[in-house]
Parts: sequence; C-alpha cells; structure tokens
Amino acid sequence: MSEERVGVYVCHCGSNIASVVNVEDVAVWAKEELADQGVVVARDYKFMCSSLGQELIQDDIKEHGLTRVVVAACSPHLHEKTFRTACNRAGLNPFLCEMVSVREQVSWVHTDKELATNKAKAMIAGGVERVVHHQPLEPLHVPINPATLVVGGGIAGIQAALEIADSGFPVYLVEREPTIGGHMAQFDKTFPTLDCAACILTPKMVDAGAHPNITLLTWSEVERVDGFVGNFTVTVRKKARYVREDVCTGCGICIEKCPVKVLDQNFEAGLGYRKAVYRPFPQAVPKYPVIDTENCTYFKRGKCKACQIFCPTQPNSIDFEQKDQFIQIQVGNIILATGYDLFDPRRIPQYGYGRLANVFTSLEFERLCNAAGPTNGDIVLRDGVTKPKSVGIIHCVGSRDRRYNNYCSGICCMQSLKFAHLVKERTGADVYNFYIDMRTAYKDYDEFYQKVLEEGVHFVRGRVAEVTDAARKPGEEGKLIIQVEDTFIGKQRRIPVDMVILSAALQPRADANEVAQKFGIACSTKGWFIEKHPKLDPVATMTEGIYVAGCAQGPKDIPSTVAQGAAAAARVLGRIQMQELALEPIRASVIEEKCSGCRICNDMCPFNAIIFHEDRMVTEINPALCQGCGTCVAACPSNAITGTQFSTEQIMAQIEGLLMFNVEGELIREMAYA
Amino acid sequence: MSDKPKLAMYWASSCGGCEIATLNIHEHILDVDAVFDIAFFPCIADFKIKDVQGYPDGYIDVCLFNGAIRTSENEEMAHLLRQKSKVLVAFGSCAYEGCIPALSNLTTREATLNTVYLDNPTIDNPNRIFPQPVTEVPEGTLFLPVFYHTVKSLDQVVKVDYTIPGCPPEPHQIWAVLQAVVTALTQGVPLPPSGVVGASNVAVCEECPRQRNVKKIKRFYRPYEVVPDPDICLLEQGLMCLGIATRGGCGALCPQVGMGCRGCYGAVPGVEDQGAKMVTAIASVMDVGKPGELDEVKLEQEIEAIFDTIPDPAGTFYRFSMAHSILRRTRVNGYDRG
Repeated sequence: MSEERVGVYVCHCGSNIASVVNVEDVAVWAKEELADQGVVVARDYKFMCSSLGQELIQDDIKEHGLTRVVVAACSPHLHEKTFRTACNRAGLNPFLCEMVSVREQVSWVHTDKELATNKAKAMIAGGVERVVHHQPLEPLHVPINPATLVVGGGIAGIQAALEIADSGFPVYLVEREPTIGGHMAQFDKTFPTLDCAACILTPKMVDAGAHPNITLLTWSEVERVDGFVGNFTVTVRKKARYVREDVCTGCGICIEKCPVKVLDQNFEAGLGYRKAVYRPFPQAVPKYPVIDTENCTYFKRGKCKACQIFCPTQPNSIDFEQKDQFIQIQVGNIILATGYDLFDPRRIPQYGYGRLANVFTSLEFERLCNAAGPTNGDIVLRDGVTKPKSVGIIHCVGSRDRRYNNYCSGICCMQSLKFAHLVKERTGADVYNFYIDMRTAYKDYDEFYQKVLEEGVHFVRGRVAEVTDAARKPGEEGKLIIQVEDTFIGKQRRIPVDMVILSAALQPRADANEVAQKFGIACSTKGWFIEKHPKLDPVATMTEGIYVAGCAQGPKDIPSTVAQGAAAAARVLGRIQMQELALEPIRASVIEEKCSGCRICNDMCPFNAIIFHEDRMVTEINPALCQGCGTCVAACPSNAITGTQFSTEQIMAQIEGLLMFNVEGELIREMAYA
Repeated sequence: MSDKPKLAMYWASSCGGCEIATLNIHEHILDVDAVFDIAFFPCIADFKIKDVQGYPDGYIDVCLFNGAIRTSENEEMAHLLRQKSKVLVAFGSCAYEGCIPALSNLTTREATLNTVYLDNPTIDNPNRIFPQPVTEVPEGTLFLPVFYHTVKSLDQVVKVDYTIPGCPPEPHQIWAVLQAVVTALTQGVPLPPSGVVGASNVAVCEECPRQRNVKKIKRFYRPYEVVPDPDICLLEQGLMCLGIATRGGCGALCPQVGMGCRGCYGAVPGVEDQGAKMVTAIASVMDVGKPGELDEVKLEQEIEAIFDTIPDPAGTFYRFSMAHSILRRTRVNGYDRG
C-alpha cells in the first residue's frame, strides 16, 4: 500500500484518444484497481490541456491532498510542461507529475478498442507505480554566455550577426570562404525589384566587417563543439591565409604582381580568372587576400615570392610559414546559416551541360550578366563575344524530379523570370522559358511574372526532354535544339536557340550531415537541417541553444532568408536577455562510494560531461554539461551512476506496473516463477 | 551436548566446494570448534535428518546453507533448516543466486536429464532408464526426490538472514563472518543488519591493481588465444572480465593472475541483474566507430562480428546469477514454471 496520494487524469483529446480507448472505463478502473497503489482520484476529461482541465488537477491537489499526479494524454514532448506547470501552480513540485502517452502509443497506433483500452490501463498502472518513486526536483540555474556564434557568412548569417551585434552583444561570425557574402554576392540583380544584389549586400558586409561587436573569422571552419546551451566551447580552425591580417592594408599590390592566373571555379563559377593570391571580388570583407597553395608557384616550386617582394607593408604581410590556428571561443548560442549547394546539371546528361559549350548554369549566368563579372555584364556565348539571338531557360533542373530531388526549390521560377527579363533587356534576344508549373507566390512576384509576359517572353509548359546540337531540320544548324512536349498544344516541339540556361536546384551542402552531427542537431535524409517545429518554431532546433537560418534549413529566397536570420537573432537575444538558464534537473550523477573506477563510462558522454579523477580512481559528472541522456547510466555496471527521474527503482516500478495486469485487465496475483 | 552455540552446514544442489572453503580457514577451525557445537554438517560429521527433525525450533544458532534448490529434497531441507535455525545463511553462489546448476534454467528438465542419463558419450543406457520419483519394487515403494524444472536460489524458497557470496566464498571472508557471529554470541554484540556479508560493496575493479584506461573493444579473445599484458586491465585487452559488474571482496584474485573475473560474487549492490548490466556495459564500449560513421546495416554487422567473439554469452554473463536474475529462466516449448 503506497503512502502517496495519486491522482490519475485520462484525457479524451477530443476524440483522438476517446474514439479508440474507453476513457471513462479506464478512469473508473484506475480508481478501483489501483487504490492499493495509492490512487485516490481518477478522472477523465475532454481536454486535459485546457485551462479547465488543468484547474481540475489543481483543485484536486488542494482538495484531496494529492502528492503525485499521472496524466494519461498525448506525449510528454507536447504537454509535459503544461501539466508540470499546473502542478506547480497548486504547490506540488512539477517533477512529481508523470505523463502516460495513451495517444501516440495507444489510440493512434491501435484499432481494437478493447485491447487498446487494456493497454492504456497497463500503461497507467506503470505510470502510477513509477510516479510514487519520483523525487521533487529543482531546476539547475546556469549563466548564459552573451556571445553568439554564427556559422556561415551569407546573407542569413550576416543579418543574424548584425541584429545581435547591434543589440550590443558579441558575435563570432565564422565563414569557410575567404570573404563573407555567400551566394548573394555572386548575383547580379535580385527579383522582383531588380535592385543590384551587390548594392544592397555590400553595405551589410562592410557593417559586419567593421562592427565592434563582431569578430570575423573568415577562411575558418568549426572543428568541434562542446558544452551546451548557454555555455558552448567551440574550436575553430583558422586556416592559414599566408597573409598577416595584423599588418596587411589590403592594397592589392600582391594580387597585381602575382604571375599566376587561375580559372576561378568558385566565385566566378568557372567563367573568370583570379590570381594565386586573391580576393574573391573587389568588395570582399575582410579585404585581406589569401594564397591558394595549390596554384602558388612558391608553394609548388619554392620560388617566386613576387607577392612578398612587392608587399609595401612593414613588416611584410606575406608569411609563407603561417600555420592553421585553432581558436577556442566561448558562446551561449549558435546560429547555423551554412547555406546551400547548387545541383550539378552534369547529372542530367541529356541537357548537355559540360558537353555543349553554350549551356550555362543559373550561377554562371548570374556571373555573366553581373556588371562586376568576367564579361562586365555582357550577355555573350561561351566564346566571349557573340551575343545570343535566342535563349532558352529551363526551369526545375534537378527539382521536382524523382530521379534527383522531389522538392520544389522555390526560387527557380522567379530566378528564371529574372533571367528572361535581363536577356530581353540587354540583348533583345528571343527568350523561351520552359516550365512545369509557374510558381510565383509571395509579394510582388506574380506581378513580375505579368510584366515579363508583357515583355514578350515565350513560355512553353513542359519538361524539356533534351538539349542537343544535332540538327535535323533547316534552321537548326549551329544551334542548340530544345526538344520539349508543349503540354498546352499536346505536341512535341523543337526550338533552336543560341544559349540555354539551366535553373538548377538548390541542394543541401554536401557536408550537411557532418555539420549537423558536429552541432548535435537533426538533419533530414536529404540533408536540410530540421527545425524544432515546421510551423511554430521554424528557426529553433531540437538542440537547445542551436538555431538555423536560411537555405541550410530548406530552399528559400532572399527575403525569407533575411527574415529567418533576423528571427534566429531574436530568439538568441531573448535567451541572452534571460541572463540565466533554468536547466531541467534531469541529470546523471555518480555515487562516489559505489564507483569502482572501471572507466566503462569514460568515453561515452556525447556532451563531454564525464571526468575521471586518476588520483582517487573515480568518475565524476559535470552537472552543468550533463543533458540527462542516460547513456552512462545504462552503461555503468555498478549502478554507481543514477539518472534523476530515470532511477532503477522508477524504471523497475514502471515495468512491474505494466506487467501487473494481464491482457484482460485482470490482476496477475502470482508472479510466474514465485 | 554442551550449551555452546550450535552450528550447522548443509549442502543442497552444490559441488562441495563451499565445505572445502570453510575447512580452508585452517587452524581457525579449532576456534570454530571451541566456540560451537556442530549440530549438523553432513560433510564432516555423521548426522541424520531425523536428528535435525528432533531438534526444537530455533535450536541451531547459525546454519550455513550452500547449494541451490534443484530437487524436492533440497526444498524440504531448506524449510527444515529454516525452522530449526535462528540465523540462516545463504552460503556461496548456488544458495545465493543459483550458480552453475541454474544455467539449466536455460533449457528444460527433460533436456537436462537426457544429457545426464542418455546423450552423454560416456553413458550406456539402452533401456532409457531415468530416475523416477516413485518406483514400485517387490519389497515396497521407493521414493526419490522430484527433479524440478527450474533451479531456485535459497531466498526464493525460504527467508534468508545473511548471504555470503562467492564460488566459493573466500576463506578469509568466511572467517571474518564467523568471527562476527562468535563475537555477537559470546559478547552480546548485536548482529549486523541482514543482507550480504563477507564481501565489499564496490565492484572488483576497485581491488584490481591493473591499470585502467578509457575502453574501446574491437574483439574478444579467449584466454588461450593471447598472453595478456600483466599490468593493463584485461577487459581493455579483449579478455572477458566481469569484474566491472561483480561485487568485490575476493581481492580480485582471478584478474591478478591474468584470468578475467567470472563474476562469482554476483551483482554489485543495487543492481538487479548482473548479466544484463554486463551486456549493456560491454555494448557501450564496443569499438564500432563514431555515431553515424557506418550505415545501419554495416553497423549491425560490425556489432554482430564483435559479439560473435563471445562464446556462450548467456553462460558467460549469467554463469552465477541465472536463478536470481530478472530472466530467472527461459521459456522453452511452453514451459515456464517450476
């Protein structure tokens, strides 16, 4: 007979639970059959999570002197907090409340009402047996480090960093490339307003670079993340630039004097050249160049040093001996804005990219029409001189295609319309857009589509079958022929053009999985980072203190990316303002007298909370780092590690409760082997 | 008999090693004789059951009961000695948690009898004669104890006051317990609270002098396959050692001579199931790379491969504790009761 006074509350969840589980019966049963286990009140109610439902519990706690509460409803993930808070309001320690998931684990997964009802009863018996072993717990308070790490210096990262820095808190902005700016820095115009990408981006880049609260770590990558929300320790590898940032003035003489020309596959998308010591583009932030050791004559042959010889600074800015540096930074929160990769259209060989010279990717075209690009904005064929007289733009290349990516990349329709407009405006060429569906949702987008329609751009609805240079008919010689079924007229068409632009899909970064693992967040099978809730918590992740912004979370346009960057910053600022964090007291701890020092647990903690004391030969757990995952608790062969709220007594009691009744709901009075 | 306190020691289903260990306290046996009257000790003195039956209840001050409950006779004797003893001690691993006899809980009574009376290569039993509880002969009816389906520990049959673990218990620990009892009886000092005595409350590792590091185990070796480094933890070297999950008190005798702990002192206090604890601990330190490094299928193969290097996992992890474990026995062909 338990000394505790337990209240059991069975939720109908509208009809979510009640349609499969006989909730009234369960409540009556719990009061009668579990009286010996301490149940004094058992009720069923339409919506336990409603204010009235919560008040029911609160009133019972006061009236019946309940010392433990069991709520059989949805999952703890959804409403544990609600019911704990309700208990707390009535003066009962919130951790004396246990939730039993009779929705996710019973009504949603079963159809046989009788069996489901009996399963619900067994689970409630387990919950009741368990809850009497609960201990009142107090949250752990830890200070929040006000600094923030932003990973990725694209527009999402820049926006987030600026928002936080402007509010007066320090930010470390880590970027893998030599400059911040991301993909947006490569673009020419932005849809639908057609303002120049560089003109709106570079001021923000300059702000970020010069901001007293922002520490810029470009040409750097995060190596390791330790700790937890409020107190992360991040190890950043600052790759050797071979240029001393403390003395370089960014004059650019080294770049001018460097004799090596390298095809720029990265920033110029293979359309332009850079030097072996280079800045990706003139407005790069920071201004310091970086030496590309793969192509630098000195690194290849030990000779040249032109950059060093001509460097005007005192002391010399060029340092061939520079090594990668590992910097440890302490931050309270992390925003991941690592962006996207472009789909490689070589994977669709019938579109001819890489084989047919005048097939371009969307990114190549961005560079081609960019005033600061390799052609100074002249839209010309691969030969660098010929202006195209007709251009075909193919949408959904690698998107909405079961062979590659099922999803819609979201931005390609608008991007393709923008291309159509730019081609029309600058060359007067005939433009054909090949689309499946025109997706121009959001503000001013469809108006832009209307405008492009009025400009006389041709639209062909159909998935392009092939781009070929094999002429079959007169007028096709020397052209690229686009073979497509025009689904509006139900006919195959062959449209000869001079230039083809492939609107390639946005894909997750190739290393997205590794990054997700490094930061301990979830990643979809595709590789997009998973937000905490797709609708209601779009920038938080399941890992406390880690937020996502921009295309790393899924394809999106610039406005949404910026909005997410700002949203993530707002969430971080909210945390920082709290100054202190109440951590769930669900933690593991070592009972030192029981620890034999076997060291089984030592390498297991995903949060590096385990410390071994060689002198005393015992293990200790840092309660602030411990996240209560229970890995070490299960591993400890001596039961010297206990997990609060998951003690052996609690778990064994829950199992015993579960097994107390047979399938018919009858008490099994004799244990099988007793 | 004199008015000295009465000592009894009985063997149920056991090998006799516990008696040897008791006599192995050497000259202290003379002290035992000086303090106690032997009331029942089939190994060293001639007593009959009817002698015990003739004692008044509680006549025996201390009864060291070793051996598991395998037959109806074992159970009868457990009840009889419980009735006649003030203090009943589950002595040694069999009485404490079933030990080797309880490994037969992994199969059926029939399979065990078949092995012993039929299938064993050294047996010639063409008429398939099995021991029968009741046999009619011209002279009358003969009775044999019933061979139970499930082996039980002493405390699953009668109330036990103290437990001395070990297979067998170490003589120095036996002597320490007897000394405590003698002191209590002669000087009126209260007895220690009931529970496990003559052992430590921490795992064997604490007493093991071998150097321990963070563990990562790629595969296991059987003792004949490798010559272990004399100074480093055996488990780290891939030699199965149950010391991490076993109550200390023996002085880590086996690991000190290069033989992995077999787990005879049973689980560490607070652990319900020594074998299960051993499995989770071993699983936790298997070297199968970092999380996410291998895909599910490959990972499973790696884990299988490492576990395949452990011969007879049930017999290894539950060698001593089967009867007392959460499992107690396996369900074979519908059999699940004693």
